[in-house]
Amino acid sequence: MKPILLQGHERSLTQIVYNKEGDLLFTASKDHIINVWFSSNGERLGTYSGHNGSVWSLACDSQSKLLLSGAADNTMKLWDIKTGECLKTWEFPTAVKRVAWSDDDNLALCITEQRSGYQGAIRVYEISHEGDCKNQPDEPITEFSPIGSKATVAAFAPLGHEIITGHESGKVALFDAKTGEEIESNERAHSGAVTDLQLSPDGTYFVTSSKDKTARIHDTKNLAVIKTFTTETPLNSACITPLKPYVIVGGGQDARSVTTTSTRSGKFETRFWHRVFEEEVGRVRGHFGPINTIAVHPEGKAFASGGEDGYVRVHWFDDSYFRSKPYGDLEPAD
Amino acid sequence: MPVAVQENQPSSSKVNGRTEDEEDMEIDYSEIEEKYAVSPLDGFDNVLVVDNVPVIDEGKKKKLYERLRSTIAKAGAPLSGTADAEGNYSDMVMPWDNEKGESKGYMFLTYPSAELATHALRCLDQVLFGKNRLYVNRFGEIERYASMNIEEGSTPKNWPADSQAVDKEHLRSWLADPQGRDQFVTFRDTTVEINWCGRNATAERAVEPNPKWAELFVSWSPLGTYFTTLHRPGVALWQGKSFSEPHRFTHPGVRLVDFSPCENYLVTFAPEPIVTSPQDPDSPPDPRKFAPEDEGNHIAVWEVKTGLLLRTFPGEAPSPAPPAGVDPKDLPPPRKLAWPLLRWSPDDKYVARCLMGSQISVYEAPTMGLLDKKSIKIDGVLDFDWCPDAELSANGKENLLAFWTPEVENQPARVSLMAIPSRTTPRQKNLYNVADVKLHWQDQGTYLCCKVDRLNRSKKVNSSNLELFRVKEKDYPIEAVELKEVCSHFAWEPKGSRFAMVTTSEPNAILPPGQLPKNNVEFFHVDPKKGIFRLMRRLENKTTNSLTWSPKGRFIVLATIGLSIKHDLEFWDLDFTTDDKVHKNETDPGANMQLLATGEHYGMSEIAWDPSGRYVTSTASSFRNSPEPGYTIWDFKGQDLSRNQLDKFKQFLWRPRPATLLSKDEQKKIRKNLREYSKRFDEEDAAEESNVSAELIAHRRRLIDEWNAWRAKRIKELAAERQKAGLQAIPAVSAQDEERETVEEWIEETIDETEEVVMS
Repeated sequence: MKPILLQGHERSLTQIVYNKEGDLLFTASKDHIINVWFSSNGERLGTYSGHNGSVWSLACDSQSKLLLSGAADNTMKLWDIKTGECLKTWEFPTAVKRVAWSDDDNLALCITEQRSGYQGAIRVYEISHEGDCKNQPDEPITEFSPIGSKATVAAFAPLGHEIITGHESGKVALFDAKTGEEIESNERAHSGAVTDLQLSPDGTYFVTSSKDKTARIHDTKNLAVIKTFTTETPLNSACITPLKPYVIVGGGQDARSVTTTSTRSGKFETRFWHRVFEEEVGRVRGHFGPINTIAVHPEGKAFASGGEDGYVRVHWFDDSYFRSKPYGDLEPAD
Repeated sequence: MPVAVQENQPSSSKVNGRTEDEEDMEIDYSEIEEKYAVSPLDGFDNVLVVDNVPVIDEGKKKKLYERLRSTIAKAGAPLSGTADAEGNYSDMVMPWDNEKGESKGYMFLTYPSAELATHALRCLDQVLFGKNRLYVNRFGEIERYASMNIEEGSTPKNWPADSQAVDKEHLRSWLADPQGRDQFVTFRDTTVEINWCGRNATAERAVEPNPKWAELFVSWSPLGTYFTTLHRPGVALWQGKSFSEPHRFTHPGVRLVDFSPCENYLVTFAPEPIVTSPQDPDSPPDPRKFAPEDEGNHIAVWEVKTGLLLRTFPGEAPSPAPPAGVDPKDLPPPRKLAWPLLRWSPDDKYVARCLMGSQISVYEAPTMGLLDKKSIKIDGVLDFDWCPDAELSANGKENLLAFWTPEVENQPARVSLMAIPSRTTPRQKNLYNVADVKLHWQDQGTYLCCKVDRLNRSKKVNSSNLELFRVKEKDYPIEAVELKEVCSHFAWEPKGSRFAMVTTSEPNAILPPGQLPKNNVEFFHVDPKKGIFRLMRRLENKTTNSLTWSPKGRFIVLATIGLSIKHDLEFWDLDFTTDDKVHKNETDPGANMQLLATGEHYGMSEIAWDPSGRYVTSTASSFRNSPEPGYTIWDFKGQDLSRNQLDKFKQFLWRPRPATLLSKDEQKKIRKNLREYSKRFDEEDAAEESNVSAELIAHRRRLIDEWNAWRAKRIKELAAERQKAGLQAIPAVSAQDEERETVEEWIEETIDETEEVVMS
């Protein structure tokens, strides 16, 4: 499994996402640029330039037509994936930290940062797919500010009626996408800031990573913690592998808290955990800085990681990965 | 017995509130006395019986009385009577055995009132009188208990039915583990756990962790009997199988703790001087608490089993004033003695303390009195250590201690052996050009190595030599081994005659960051032919700065600790063979030395062997600011069995074991039949392994089943919801590319085209 190294950013990666087919990989970075790559060979297809600040978040719709991005220039942008044209820009008083699509591509959400005078807010927009898609509503259908700790990550629950959020305090909550009402919450899901939240293929459960050095699987219905994966390093990202019963987690000590220069002490490894047995099954080395974001191929054939070091590493799984049965015949149904 | 008391009773002047005036009236009391005859079973509330008084003859009687009275007064319950012409006291009666001409070993004390007697009972019981511990009871109680009507095996009448004797837990139950496992304690963040070290270093909980254990730090007593936890108010010892019901020793601010080798005594040290709160003067002094005379001291000695405070000592004395005419700045920085400051002889009989530069004070346990009432004056003494051989006193010999004095004026430096209690010095050795001496006893006291750092002409240390004393041989022969380099670490092989040391030619070099020290490791043994210590093997260019022998000898771990770039462990076998026999190589004694394995543990701060010599642990402790706290368990061959990186990990301690109860012959027999035994253990291991894996598989199957059940439920719910919303079910992700069409694109590139005319 020789990784494909994508060298297209000058600064650290913030989020990477696959499209639904898994042939394209979108990467966002603090260098203001969004790149799109052929995941099979690492060839760069193009860039989406227009943001004037660190791009914090990305989301690709299920048809690979529209791309959402949120950035530190206080804007969220909608892009035509094929042409690279910016279709719509929404402006906010503060930076956009997270964007996401609903399953049916009709709704988009964004989290804006909490700054002096402005509360962190979650807004939901109804996206029109009419014509050239340039005619988008300026006003959100829902706008609300979670009480208490600010939201850091969010995603639509399946069917798009609810929004799952992860918060700086470690809380995980479920909000009604229409009314902004808090339906369910788990205040002690984590003991540190939630850094990533990715859904299972069918959305009935999701994995969160946290600065408290753990990743956890939660039930989307009632937010109950199903599994916990404890590592010895703050985690920045976690995702669920289709086909094989693993979760992939990554993170690392912040550069300022790394005491020695050797990469070994930073723990910059991507780790594979068995998601049912809560046991670590393998590690992948390569980054020489903390891992900021991990994405898995929607069909479970590959995964990619983006690091503080500015590189994206795309790993296609070998045959041995699919054949290997570290626990013999004991494998979950999915 | 009662007769003796009754006879004496009336003569005591103020008993029962009678005054002398009344006595003078000479009234006949006999009738009244008869009428109000006192049953021996009650009354006499003011009389106490003291047992375990020394048995003496007539000549010592007076002295004993006086000493006893002063002891009693000191304990807080003075007797008020005065001596008559013969030196007898009215309130203190000692029954006499006229036939033998000795005392009977007990006595009666009479106090003016029952209240005072009660007070005295509390003060006097368990008080030490010389070597004798006094046992004090109420007179009435002795009678009552003695005349109790008890049948064999029955409880007396009126006793609460539930007052059955409770068996205490066996203090050494862990040694009876059928699998012969060892225990270890781990201290992480705010949890202290005691675990069994199972096969392949799997930790199995030995006891439910007690949240009270985790405060300052924890330790084991030297034979493993007591688990010691340090708390701000004092020390607690936990024992038995369940480690419940602690013994507490109150010493606020305690920071260091040390046991005597036989676990009879406990020494505690607090950096803050002892402060006693002003007590109610009427309340009896508690022999388990500090008294006003302990104020200002730092070190306390306790008896472990009773919890009694034996004595307190001041902390480290301030360094002596420099001699006249010498600027204090010119003197080298003052030497400090390493903890423990109080050092016990191996049989717990004596404890000694060195006052640097002037004397060694030896105290006798348990009285803690100065041996022969005076310290041993030794001008200049800097350090000392007891010979660790516990069999010296068992074999009727005296304990030995070794000490050294530095060079002064025209006197050479000197290492001496001294026998205690006779204070004779059977052997001395003069040394010249000495910078420092370190005393290393072999663990059985067979050898003493004095590592001497020598000064060269420019008064710098650039070489060491070893003075090896053979303590078990006649006249204590001494052998010198000259080294060309400075020895920085030294370690005897336990129960052996070999030793290892780290030497370096640059002892004082300050290394720039990133550069590794150049050390050598040397092994010495006794040459079987010549019978002298000879170099066995030298390993050059090592970074090693830690030597850890297996407690059973033969194996040693060389490690590099405390460097940021190098953190290796080397596992060596000194008698490596491929079959069972040890082949002695005559020409190259080091040929049998074999490096078994090397390992790495980043940030480790300590290396420790388990007491059986099966496992080694390397610990990275957050006490020492290790960047990656945690611990690793290796087997003696250097295979890492379990690596644990744990945030805020503080301590890993193996539970020590007492010495084996088997005689040498029995041990030999076991070694001879080792195959037989190991067969049995192999079978057990195999059985356990299949057991464990079966358990694990069952556990995993359960997890899988739970997961599958939960998933099936959610998938069904989702499908129902999607149907309600009028959506299709989500197709499952599959590895097969059935619906996928593969687009193959052929790109032909013509690189070059040439036309040639072929002539036919």
